[in-house]
Amino acid sequence: MRNWVLLFSLLFCLSFSIQAKEAVPTAEDPVIEQRMIDMAADMRCLKCQNESLASSHAPFAIDLRQQIREMMQDGMTNQEIEDFFVQRFGDFILYNPPLKPQNYLLWGGPFILLILGFILVFNALKKRRAADVVEISAEDHRRAKELLDDGEHKQ
Amino acid sequence: MKAKHLIPLAAFACLMALLIFGLINAKNVTIVPSALIGKPVPEFSLATVMDENKILSSSDLKGQAYLLNVWASWCSACRVEHPLFLEIAKSGTIPIYGLNTKDVPQDGDPPGQDKRFNAKRFLTLLGNPYVASGYDENGRVGIDFGVYGAPETFVIDKEGIIRYKHVGPITGDVWVKNFAPLIEEIQG
Repeated sequence: MRNWVLLFSLLFCLSFSIQAKEAVPTAEDPVIEQRMIDMAADMRCLKCQNESLASSHAPFAIDLRQQIREMMQDGMTNQEIEDFFVQRFGDFILYNPPLKPQNYLLWGGPFILLILGFILVFNALKKRRAADVVEISAEDHRRAKELLDDGEHKQ
Repeated sequence: MKAKHLIPLAAFACLMALLIFGLINAKNVTIVPSALIGKPVPEFSLATVMDENKILSSSDLKGQAYLLNVWASWCSACRVEHPLFLEIAKSGTIPIYGLNTKDVPQDGDPPGQDKRFNAKRFLTLLGNPYVASGYDENGRVGIDFGVYGAPETFVIDKEGIIRYKHVGPITGDVWVKNFAPLIEEIQG
């Protein structure tokens, strides 16, 4: 009787493991997994462009993540892996495109605008300061003295 | 009112004009230009869809100009361009090779089938314009080609250099505009 109970419970457990869907492949190594996620977060999923490779559920992103994992397990450096994907998909796959003559404007544009803004503000301030300076004529001095003297008399 | 006060308004109007122009003339941003144009075809060697004992490899294809079309039975846009490929194959303009990508059994497929079942059925039912199709089960050869979806079609010249890539289904219009002149050039 006890054997039967054991057998059934064993079968019961088995049925669960059989029902479970095939697990998504993940790295056994949490260090590699973290390295992969850090790297994939800086890469664009070309199939779903507002998502990073790390956050996308698109099959394209899942495949690339798996490939990154395997390359890391093979001992490739981050730079080697990045070069591998840039060779195939172009700079567009990187969220941080490298500085190149084609994109100097992309990198330099904001600073050019910032400097332009500084120049505009500086000029505007200079003009305003010039407008604030009031010439005091001899007549103004005389009137001021008169008013002050007048006050003294009344005391 | 001084003309000077109109400057911010004019600047704003210019910015708006620029943005509207950008919106109207926006290129399809989902199409990423291939980084492999002008580069040699990545090396590959795959068993074919129709006969797993046959191998389709990049070295076999050297010396001829050909199209390499990335397709799959699950790819609905591939069915759109399929009749055009049948026509091209019939006319003998240029040989078409296939890269069948990730065409694995799907949920709901009859059990116990060959893993190539869906791909084979696609070609049997709709016709086979391909000289041969490599069976790229996990999509790794696709990644080497910078493929990020199906369909994609590469034009490769006699020296084995990738000359052009089209993302998405090839319509008659695209064929006439982008493919026909280039094929004429590289065949000559």
